[in-house]
Amino acid sequence: MSAETLEKAIEKKPAEALLSKRRKKLVTDPLVDENPITIQVLGICSALAVTTQMKPTLVMAISVIFVVAMSNFVISLMRNTIPGRVRIIVQLAVVATLVTLVNEVLKAFAYDMYKELSVFVGLIITNCIVMGRLEAFALGNKPYDSVLDGLGSALGYSWIILTVAFFRELWGSGSVFGVPVFDAVSGIFGPDFKLATNGLMVSPVGAFIILGLIIWVQRTKTGYVEH
Amino acid sequence: MQQSNTYIITFSVILTVVLGLLLSGTAQLLGPRQQEAIALDKKKQILGAVISGEEIAAMSPQEVNAYYSSHIGATVVDINGKEVTEKDGVAVSAENVDVAKNYKLPAEDRLYPVFIYHEEGDNSKVKSYILPLYGAGLWDAIWGYLALDTDMNTIGGITLSHAGETPGLGARITTPEVQSRFSGKEIYDESGELVGVQMQKGEGKDYSSEPHKIDGMSGATITGTGVNNMVKSYLGHYKAYIESKKSSQAVATL
Repeated sequence: MSAETLEKAIEKKPAEALLSKRRKKLVTDPLVDENPITIQVLGICSALAVTTQMKPTLVMAISVIFVVAMSNFVISLMRNTIPGRVRIIVQLAVVATLVTLVNEVLKAFAYDMYKELSVFVGLIITNCIVMGRLEAFALGNKPYDSVLDGLGSALGYSWIILTVAFFRELWGSGSVFGVPVFDAVSGIFGPDFKLATNGLMVSPVGAFIILGLIIWVQRTKTGYVEH
Repeated sequence: MQQSNTYIITFSVILTVVLGLLLSGTAQLLGPRQQEAIALDKKKQILGAVISGEEIAAMSPQEVNAYYSSHIGATVVDINGKEVTEKDGVAVSAENVDVAKNYKLPAEDRLYPVFIYHEEGDNSKVKSYILPLYGAGLWDAIWGYLALDTDMNTIGGITLSHAGETPGLGARITTPEVQSRFSGKEIYDESGELVGVQMQKGEGKDYSSEPHKIDGMSGATITGTGVNNMVKSYLGHYKAYIESKKSSQAVATL
């Protein structure tokens, strides 16, 4: 091939916009249409365990967003250098390091939250969403796209667990973010009016029920049917 | 892409070194702050036995430290209630005694710290004696600080913590709602015997006329039993100290 034909063949493509349509989809798809928890049914375990109250759930959500986005970024950067035979182990090592970093930072700057979340931050590594996105996307895509994809999945996970936590805390403990709501409204419709809390909501059974309801509502709206 | 074994091994070694450095570097960097956080948390727990959680939550870390140093004195005693100032040649101070580690020793060999809550700046005007407790809950360790009024009988308050109890069930021992149930209860009965206090099975019954019974936690009986055993054993360990304080007061009022 001569030099001129080579030049004609390789046209300069304009660089893709930072938030092009395709990239926006990477972030928005996992929010509803491809939600990791409700559609792909990944990451259920921590969705049950941490969501008894909103505050720890929020810290958990932020931690997951950080871990998923960062691990996607790092693995994507390394994707051409990782030897195929130790692929999974390398992913595990990176995620485990990130999770430990989150734990150490929490311990230093938010000790109360660290105590409350105890093992659950460490267990983020067992969350299928993390490894799932690494395998499905980060290994085959560029770093910035991988970060967006990770962000999308983590946000999809986050809004689901925050919703579950909202109802579990409200119906199970009568409060929202620690603010006692049930106590505040008792007596509103007369002196005997008192909303009772439901102990079932505090146990994982309650979480399952709420999760099931959310899945039902969401799949009805999007028309998703499993094959 | 078929890679040679050398490449795989080199890659793995480099990755391990990088990640290892990152983790140990972070631990080094954050270490001092973490120690401060842990020490502050311990002070808050001790203070939580004598002042309310809301007051503590409203204080900044410096305020907590200041309040602690002006109001809390400390001593360490052995099983016989005698003050201990050094062990195995090393000076002993209440802040440095690791209650969890001591728990593993037989009761006679342990060091028992006592935190003395006194009026601001005047450590002769004692308001409470705060005793650290340690025990086993359902899943993992539980611990706490029990505050005894100067009559060495009435419980002023208690803070409880746990390592891994179930959220919403055993973990409720950390809530002010449960901890406040201990206030006002008595550890000695009319005949002068050290009977301690017991969390009862079930929840919702009124025990205000019972000086030794405490409303339990529904669904968390085993944790409640763990708390009972912990309180009972440590009241037993501190008995000599408690009796010595009781009798010295009796002498003082003669």
